[in-house]
This record gives sequence, structure tokens and C-alpha cells, in this order.
Amino acid sequence: MKHVSEGGLPAHLEKQRTRMFVKNAAPEHTSTVEAASAYAASGLENSFSIERFRRDFRVEIQSLSAEEAVFDLIGIDAALANAFRRILLAEVPTMAIEKVFILNNTSMIQDEVLAHRLGLIPIRADARVFQFRGDPPDDPNEYNVISFRLQVKCTKQRSSGASPGPAVVGCAPSTAGSGASSDAGLLGSRVTSGDLEWIPQGEQEERFRDAPIAPVHDDILIAKMRPGQEIELEAWCEKGIGKTHAKWSPVCTASYRLLPEITLPKPVTGDDATTLKGMCPTNVFDIEDLAGVPTATVARPRNCTMCRECIRHPGWDERVLLTRVKDHFIFSVESTGALPPETLFQESVKVLMQKASDIATLLKDATAGQQSEP
Amino acid sequence: MGECPCDPGGYFIVKGQEKVVLIQEQLSKNRIIVDRDNKNQIHSAVTSSTHERKSKTHIDCKGGKFVLRHNTMSDDLPVVIAFKAMGVTSDQEILQLVGSEPKFAQAMATSLKECSMLGIFSEGQALDHIAKRIRTGGRGTWERTPRRSKRDEARELLAHVLLAHVPVVEYDFAPKVMYVAQMVRRMISAQFDEEFMDDMDYYGNKRLELAGQLLSLLFEDLFKKMCAELKRQASVELAKTSARAEAYDVTKSVREDIFTNGFNNAISTGNWSVKRFRMERSGVTQVLSRLSYISCLGMMTRIMSQFEKTRKVSGPRSLQPSQWGMLCPSDTPEGEACGLVKNLALSTHVTTDDDEEPIRRLCFSLGVEDVHLLCPDDLYEARNGAHLVLLNGLILGVHRQPHKLLATIRQLRRTGHVGEFVSVQLHPTHRSVNIASDSGRVCRPLLIVDNGTLLLKQCHLDELAAGKREWSAFIKEGIIEYLDVNEENSAEIAVSEADLRGERRTQYTHMEIDPLTILGVCAGLIPYPHHNQSPRNTYQCAMGKQAMGTIAHNQADRIDTILYLLIYPHKPLVKTRTLDLIKFANLPAGHNATVAVMSYSGYDIEDALIINKAALDRGFGRCMVLKKFTQTFKKFPNGSCEVARPPPKPSPAAAREGLRERSSQPNRFRLIDDDGLCMVGERIHQLDLLVNKHTPVNTRDDVPYSEHERLPDSALRPSPLTYKGPAGHMDTYVDRVMLSGNKNDRQLVKIRVRSTRRPELGDKFSSRHGQKGVIGRIVPQEDLPFTDMGVCPDIIMNPHGFPSRMTVGKMIELMAGKAGVLEGRMGDGTAFKGDSVAECSVALVKHGFNYLGKDIMFSGLTGEPLKSYVFVGPIYYQKLKHMVIDKMHARARGPRQVLTRQPTEGRSREGGLRLGEMERDCLIGYGASMLLNERLMTSSDCFQHIDVW
Repeated sequence: MKHVSEGGLPAHLEKQRTRMFVKNAAPEHTSTVEAASAYAASGLENSFSIERFRRDFRVEIQSLSAEEAVFDLIGIDAALANAFRRILLAEVPTMAIEKVFILNNTSMIQDEVLAHRLGLIPIRADARVFQFRGDPPDDPNEYNVISFRLQVKCTKQRSSGASPGPAVVGCAPSTAGSGASSDAGLLGSRVTSGDLEWIPQGEQEERFRDAPIAPVHDDILIAKMRPGQEIELEAWCEKGIGKTHAKWSPVCTASYRLLPEITLPKPVTGDDATTLKGMCPTNVFDIEDLAGVPTATVARPRNCTMCRECIRHPGWDERVLLTRVKDHFIFSVESTGALPPETLFQESVKVLMQKASDIATLLKDATAGQQSEP
Repeated sequence: MGECPCDPGGYFIVKGQEKVVLIQEQLSKNRIIVDRDNKNQIHSAVTSSTHERKSKTHIDCKGGKFVLRHNTMSDDLPVVIAFKAMGVTSDQEILQLVGSEPKFAQAMATSLKECSMLGIFSEGQALDHIAKRIRTGGRGTWERTPRRSKRDEARELLAHVLLAHVPVVEYDFAPKVMYVAQMVRRMISAQFDEEFMDDMDYYGNKRLELAGQLLSLLFEDLFKKMCAELKRQASVELAKTSARAEAYDVTKSVREDIFTNGFNNAISTGNWSVKRFRMERSGVTQVLSRLSYISCLGMMTRIMSQFEKTRKVSGPRSLQPSQWGMLCPSDTPEGEACGLVKNLALSTHVTTDDDEEPIRRLCFSLGVEDVHLLCPDDLYEARNGAHLVLLNGLILGVHRQPHKLLATIRQLRRTGHVGEFVSVQLHPTHRSVNIASDSGRVCRPLLIVDNGTLLLKQCHLDELAAGKREWSAFIKEGIIEYLDVNEENSAEIAVSEADLRGERRTQYTHMEIDPLTILGVCAGLIPYPHHNQSPRNTYQCAMGKQAMGTIAHNQADRIDTILYLLIYPHKPLVKTRTLDLIKFANLPAGHNATVAVMSYSGYDIEDALIINKAALDRGFGRCMVLKKFTQTFKKFPNGSCEVARPPPKPSPAAAREGLRERSSQPNRFRLIDDDGLCMVGERIHQLDLLVNKHTPVNTRDDVPYSEHERLPDSALRPSPLTYKGPAGHMDTYVDRVMLSGNKNDRQLVKIRVRSTRRPELGDKFSSRHGQKGVIGRIVPQEDLPFTDMGVCPDIIMNPHGFPSRMTVGKMIELMAGKAGVLEGRMGDGTAFKGDSVAECSVALVKHGFNYLGKDIMFSGLTGEPLKSYVFVGPIYYQKLKHMVIDKMHARARGPRQVLTRQPTEGRSREGGLRLGEMERDCLIGYGASMLLNERLMTSSDCFQHIDVW
């Protein structure tokens, strides 16, 4: 943001341009001014410059695990950050169960409900190596369909410990949960995602030798059964995007918040400092001894959830200034587990790039067409 | 047996239908009611009801003269004549009976004068006077026995028909005389003082008739019918002179099906006809609504009033203060039955008859001076504090220390020596002690307060919690007692323990068990009802019954006409005590939806809701509709019967053509299995056959085929059962096929058809605060606003729903729900208590949320923060049974009626949409004459020349 201050907007306008203000009644100055000529009168050129973006844009990873990534996107427009969020939610493809062929289902749960439940189970499979089936669907092959089989029969557990028939996949009677007592002595009373058995098609087994395809979690409850009930079905995974159905969304959620920035215009000292520290539920403030006076400092602004508790009581809204940096996004991606979150974000960038290049091509074609016409 | 453990029972199953006998509300019997008639004249009336007869006796005041009116008399009978006929011939005595104070004497003067003018001075003259006016003829309630003098007849009438509930033993008219005098006295008092008027709408003057009483009436009637039949049969049998081998056995002539048929008929049709009372009531029973668990419970507590719905009076419809705690103040329908159909409150009990005799004896031993032993003057002797003692409306006598009598009876009741539902009440205006033990009084339990302290102690509650104590023990030990409306009226009831700590503590006699018990079952569903505008609670009471959810634990085994089930019901995050009591969490009906109160896209005007598409994808609001189709296989007199046939085999030609041709035209027999019935699990299309039934062509004459099952195809014509469902809905499956037998028909097939539906535009939802709305738009998740935490709302509700509705309870529910979610517990929204807003705020702040529940949200479209805070949190939403797919209808061309050749009417017949008068007016006003001509002629009544023979 250096370039702006050099240009010389007055300090309060500069603040309004780069920060949103969190006030008691409502947030203020929330929008990002994008028009190139917006500050022309003040002698500021506000247009987007790719060089400046290249120079200033930073990504800082805050935390990264197999399921969740939190990173800062600094120096980017809300529109772009939002585009990534939207693409993550709706347009990064994954594999999910789409077709269920029910051979037998004598359980309580109805066929279509069962199929719906199966569809929502996240599948650990890299959708990048699969193809869309399209509409009308292409013939199924090993490049667009992953096949699973679910074959479970609930039986009374034999005390002799004799193994059930070879075709029967018995899952261990669960001991967890309050209703477990009624499941005691039953085999296959709880059908979980772990019972889904991958049937490799063609060379799939070879191709996915390193990472066999399976549901992300083994313990998702699909159905409960009683002795004599049986489920036998085949389920086909297809590639799709979250826009079509939420089951193809690769993320639990992808979202961002703006970096909180808390300033104390005048030093808050003594008892007030203690009050301020005590007021904050997320422990943002600390008390430091500055020249013998206990003074409140903003120690952990990132903790702030913008609950406005510190400015709630009369008078405090002038002593504490809650703002958020408009171009600093704390982005979090929670993956369903099909792909690691950082990969998902990269994928979302690729989708956006593809969209941009599509538009560019279209524009080029359109202009070319126009020129050729006359 | 596969019964639902949560099923409350309380209904009859007749002919495979669940029937509820509704509670009937009536004006209490055998009580004097003084009020104004439609000419605004004071009048008193008593409906006497005994085992033999039921009649109504009126005393009117006509031109200052008191006259007695009764159905059996063709003319009004001056009261004084009635007195004289009952043996009180002296005018002075009559006056003493009514009251010798000047105002009574003055009021009676005209009546006495009239009598002497008529020249009636003796008992005989009076009886003659009455005898002349006895209405004779077929439909008298009172059968005349022959060979009796006119006078005897009149006396008989006075003794047993007039005010029949007052016993006259061996023509001792004293009690009846006293009773009539009492009626007159109350009327005169009322003329001077409005205080003495009775309020018909006062709930202490109402009695509830329960199923048991209605059935006992029916039984008595049927028993009489059976006896009569038996007598007739026996006399016919015995009259036969032919020699009989054995002694005549009467038991053989007993018709055993009279009761079964009688009960079956009455309960299944709801027509209660009891000849003895000339009672002819219809609509007594109703089919138990199984729309939701709440609707089923609500039906069992419903009270129907005998009042005609058409009468435009506000009195019986308005909420009476005396209904406090007995009837739910919220739960009543809107529209014509408003206030006439009511619901019981949570802890209400309706009494049954208790034996009068022990109470009578007890009263006498407690110092009640018998009415027979008193001279009339003593009755109203105010100086010595004498109070009349009335038992179930009958004058028992006089007591000089009524408070002492009251205290003693109460003490005896609390120790269990007198029935727990006997009520005693001191009526200060009437100067009487009313003891009631009759049936149909509504009463409710209250904690007893003695000298400002509760008799209930913590140790009792501990024992109750530990299971060492039962409810009945509290009553036996005199910690809790039941009070009926009359007694409650004279009790001083503290609402909370805070009252018992206040200044007036010693005045209290009782304390509420819990204030929430003033509400009924349906209103108990509402969280924070005390924060809502009253009509909203009423609306919710009606709407809670339409909410889909779980009906019973055995719902999968039920085959109802139509069943709406939610696939993923939630138990409410904000619960109430009532919900715990009725175990709503086991059979919930709704979803905890994350609601953002904001405006979005303009498709949310007029209460429409914006719904998150991803939420729908994940199962929000998904429901299942189970419909029943039945087919009976009839048996005909000639022995032939209807049969189910396997699907027709493709003709050899068609078989040669192969599959291609078959697929080009839909095969309606696709679902039919070899047994002629549809296969379970198959997807159904419009007009598919469910049962391929065939009926023999010849059902009358004897058929030459020995084996009827094997009729050739030529002798049968198809009479199949076809499926017709909502157009355009493909996801319908055969869920279950049930074969059953029936006494009359050979075989019965019930087919349950299931369709699973995902919410769509126009489906109706409602919160628990009477705020209904339809889906206005379904928005993809990425377009929806999100919070700092990445939470997207499931539902966006327009804030304009709040100011005019004033459903503050909904906002508090949101806060309590949000606080509950963050704390990992259920919120409590019980009426008159529950989690306070302050508590919720503290919890919200503790977890880093704004104390008001308003969060910063980012627009899903631009990615920028929204310019205001948004109130977000979970609210329990119900999906209502009204769905677009069942209702939407349009037609361009379609079927016409045979007779008029006009387009058919109604959705089920694919009818046209009427262009009515007002629409016509619009078109005329606009001058669109050609359009008008097209609509009214070409598209409707268009005709061409047709030859009609």
C-alpha cells in the first residue's frame, strides 16, 4: 500500500480506503474502491497495475494440516479472493457416488435415501486423472467411473466364532455410542463407509497402486440393520463439480476473513487497561508496563473475532478503534479429504486461469469476427 | 406388537381407522343458572339430568310475575300455583320460602296476587290448574300410565318430571319446594344486584363429557334395546304352543352383536343417537390425525363446544379468566370454530362421578342442619351466619359456621377420607357452601401452601427423582391437591416461590406446580411463547399440526391414507419443558436451520424464504410422502370372484419385433409381477398398473365352470388399479404391498407408494412462532453471505417479518440456540422461564460472538463485507405439508364435461382455470373484447352443429 501514501491521500481518507471500520451500529467503509479515477481529484491514480500486484502480493501460510489450510492472501482484491472461495466451493471437481445400482436392500432405509447418503460420502480419489462423463453420459470406462460394491448382511454373531460366509462382509459390532447395547451380538448391524469395497476397473488397480481409492473416512454411518436384513449394491463414482450438487464440493467450507487491526488512539492505562483486557473474550489485549504505567497493548489482533465487546459500553468506542484491512485475507480451506487443501487452492487458481483464458479466447474470436465482417 | 412406545393411546380403532371421541363441553347439569334471556329479562334455568330423563325447567319473570316453564306444559305456570300444588298453600309460607325481607315480599306480591285472582287457594285447585295444561300427545317425555286421575297425573308430573333431579320421596315435596323457592330467590336477588347473575361462560358452570360418559350413554341405550328385543323374542317363542322338548332357554335368544354393532356404528360414523334423551349428535368422533405427533396429541386434548358455529356471539368464544390453567389460552382454530374448539391445558384432569351419599352423611355429621327440619325462615337467617349447603346443586341444609365446615372437608380430603376430586367452595354472594362431586368438572393439581410455606419440601423431590415416590403419594399425603374451577376461584394461588417470600405470603393457599401448565400440548412446542404476540402463538398451534416429521416409532409399518415424513428430522436445539414431557425429541418434526435475518435478492418479499442449495443437497427439508392405494377383490353371489392376473404375454408378433417396439411405447404392465400385483421397489410412472385385477363378466348367473379361479380370459374384463400421482414427479416407488382379508371381500390388497421429495420453489416452511413462508429462491452456497467462520445460512429470512408480527420469541430462540450450540448444550425456551437473553449474551461473548448475535457477514457475490451486521443463528424450522407439487396446476386444452362440454373443474380432473366475474370485469373495462370472446366462447362453450337424437 506504499504507493498510495506516496500519492498523498489525506490520512483519514487513506484509512477509509484501506480499512473497514467496525462500529457499534454497523460496519463502515466496507467496499473496496476500484474505479481508476476514484481519487483522481486528490491526484491518486487508483487503477489496477499488474506489476504492482506482482510486487505486493504475498501468500503467508499460517497453518497447514492434511485437512485444513489457513493462509494469508495479502494485497489482493476482495473480488479475486472471493473468486477463489467460490471456485473452491463450486467448481473444483471431485469424485462422488452418482449412480447406485441396488441389487437388494431389505434394510429400513429406503433405496433413494440410501443412495443419497452414499452420494455424500467423500471419496479419496484424485479427480484430476478422471474425465467428466458429460451429458449425455459417455459410456462408462476406467477413466470416468470408479466402482464400489457394498454388500453387508446383518447376522446374529455366533458364539462359536465361526466366520460368516465368504460373501458376507461383517463389520465389527460397535461398542461406541449409547445405542450400542442393542447392537451387541450382531454382525453388520452398523453399515459404515468402511464397508464400501472398491472394485478396480481395467488398469485402475495398477494406476492407483500407491493411493488405493476408498472413502476418506471409514466410520461414516450409512445404515443400521437388524438380523436378516441385507444391503447389496454397486455404486459408481463420477466426476462432477459442487455447482451441480454439494456432494462434489471438495471443501467442507472455504472462506476468508479480513485481518483485524485494533488501535488504541489514546493509551489505555491503569484500571481501564485491566477492564479492557478483561472485556475481550478472545484475549487480544495484554497489559505492559510502560514507564511504570500499566498500559493496554494490542498483543494478538489475529485472535479478534470482531465481537465488538470492547466497544460495546458507552465511551469505549472512542478509545478502541476496530478496523480490518481490506486487502488482507485470512483464507481458510477445509478439505473434505479427497485432495489436500493446498492442492485444492492451486486447483482453484487453475480453474480461474482457465476461465480467464477462455474469456480471452472468446474475446479474441469475437473481435476477430467483428473485424472480418466489414 | 410393534406399537410405538410414545403413542399416548386414547383412541378407538374401528374398521381399521383410528377414531377419537372428542371431549364435549356442556353447560353444567342440575345447577341453577340465572341470566338474561334474549329479551334481556332475568330468567333462571336448570337442566335436570337423571338416569331416566333430561329436561330443562325455566322460571321467567313476565310483567313482574314469576312463571315456570317446562316442555311438558303447554302454558306458563305461575310459580305460586306450583308451590300450592306441591302442598304449600299458605301465601305466608311461600313468602318465607323465597325470603321474607321486604324486597322479596314486594317482588313476589304480583305473583301471589295473580294466584288469588285465578281463584286458586288449595292444593287440589292448583293441581287441577296444572292438569289442564299438561301437554299430551305422542312425544311427551313422560309416559302416562292409565287409570289415574288428572290430579294424580299433575302431581306425578310435579314429582318426577319437573326438576327431575330433585328427589321426591313418597310425595314429600319439601326439597323441591325449597329448590323452586331458591330459584325464585336468586332471580329476585339478581334483579337488585348484578352480582347474583350467573355467567354462562364461566368455566365453573361447564362440564366436559368424555368418551366414557358418551359410551355409557350409548351402552345403556343399547342394553335397553337388547332387553326389549329379548323380551319380544321370548314372548314370541313362549307363545308358541307346540310341544317343546326342553325348557325354553332365554340365553339362546340373546343377540350378541347388538353392542358390537352399536358401538362400531357410533364410533365409526360419529353419530351418537340415544333415544332416551332424544340425543342426536353427529361428529362426535373424528379420524385421528396422524399428520405429525403433535397433531395426534393435540387431537386427544381437543374440546368441542355444543354451541352452534353460526351464531355471532362473542361470549362463548372469548377467553374466560376462569379457564386459567384448565384450557390452553393459545390453542384454538381461526375462523368459524374460533374459541368454540378448545384444548386442555397440560395438567388438566376431568373428574368422574363420585358417590354423593358418604359426603351427605359427612356433612350432616359436621353440623349441617337438615333442610327437612328447618322452618323456611331459618334458611336465610343472615344474623346467625347461616349458609346454605349445596351438594351437587341440591340443598342439603344450613350450616352456621361455613368456614369451619370448609376447612374440615378440605382437611378430610387432603388426608384421603373424602375423594380427591370433591370440591368445596364458599360462595360469598349466594351465602352458600357448594360441594361438588359430579363428573365432568375440570380440575388441576396445585401445591398446597400452609401459612405461607409450601408443604412440598426438597426431600420429596429427591425421593421423586430417586424413584421412591409416586405422583399419587403427593396427593395422599396432602402435598398436592386437585382444585376445580369453582374452588380454584376462591383459592389464592401463588405463581412462583418469589410470591411466597413477599409480603402477602400468608394469604396464599396454593402455589402453581409450574406456570407453563397453563398452556396445552401444541402451545408447549413454542419456545419463549411469553415473548410473542398472542395471535402468533395461536397460529403456531395450528401450524405445528401440519409440520412433517416423525409420526411414531412404528411409522414404517403403518399404511395410512397419506403419511408425510421427514427424512432427517432434528430435535429442536431450543427445547421446552413441555417437549421433554411429551418426548418430542424422540419424534421430532423439523430442522435446526441456520437463519440469517437479512434481505437478499428481492425474492424474499412477503415472507418468502431464501434457501441454500447446498443445504438441500445435503438433505435439508427432504421428505417422504407415503400414499395408500387399496384394491379389494370381490366375491359374487354366483361364486365367481375377481382375480389378479399376471401381465399379458407379448404376442408372438411383438416378440419377434423385439425389444425396440416395446420400449417405444410405455408398458403399463411393467410393474406387474406374476401374481398380478406390483413389485416392491419398482419405480412408478404415471398410469402404471398397480394391480392387474380382472372381473368376471358374468357375475349373476351360474357359470358352467366348476373351478372359478380358472376362468378363461374371455370371461373376464380388466378392472385394474392404476397409479395417478402428481404430474412430473418421477421418484415414486412401490414401498410395500400388503395382502389382507376382510369379512366381506375375498381379499384386500393395500399398496403403499413412496415418493421422496426435495424442497422446491414454493414449498411451505414455518418457524415455531406462527411465521410461515414459502421458498422464494434457491441460491447456490457460493452466492450466499458467510460469516468470519465461514458459516453460510441455510435460510435467509426477510427482517420485515418481525416488526408487525412482534415475534420476539423467535429472536430469543435464535440467541438461545446459538448460545446452546456454542456451549454444547440444548437451549431452554420454556414458557415464563427458560434461558434469559442476558445469559445467552454472556455465552455468546464468551465464545467470541457479538452479545446481540449480530455478526459481520461477507457478501458471497462481491466478497466484500456487508454494510450492516446480520442476526444469524439456528432457528427450528418446520416443513409444512403444503407442497407445490401437490398443488400446481395449469391447463391449455384438456378434458371436458360430458353433459355441458365445458372444461372440467378442479385439479384432480385436470380442469380449466375459471375466468370469473371479476376477471371478466377487468377485461371489459380494458376493452379486450376479442380476448373476452376467446376466453368465454372459443375456449369454453364453443359449439358446432351436432345432431342429437
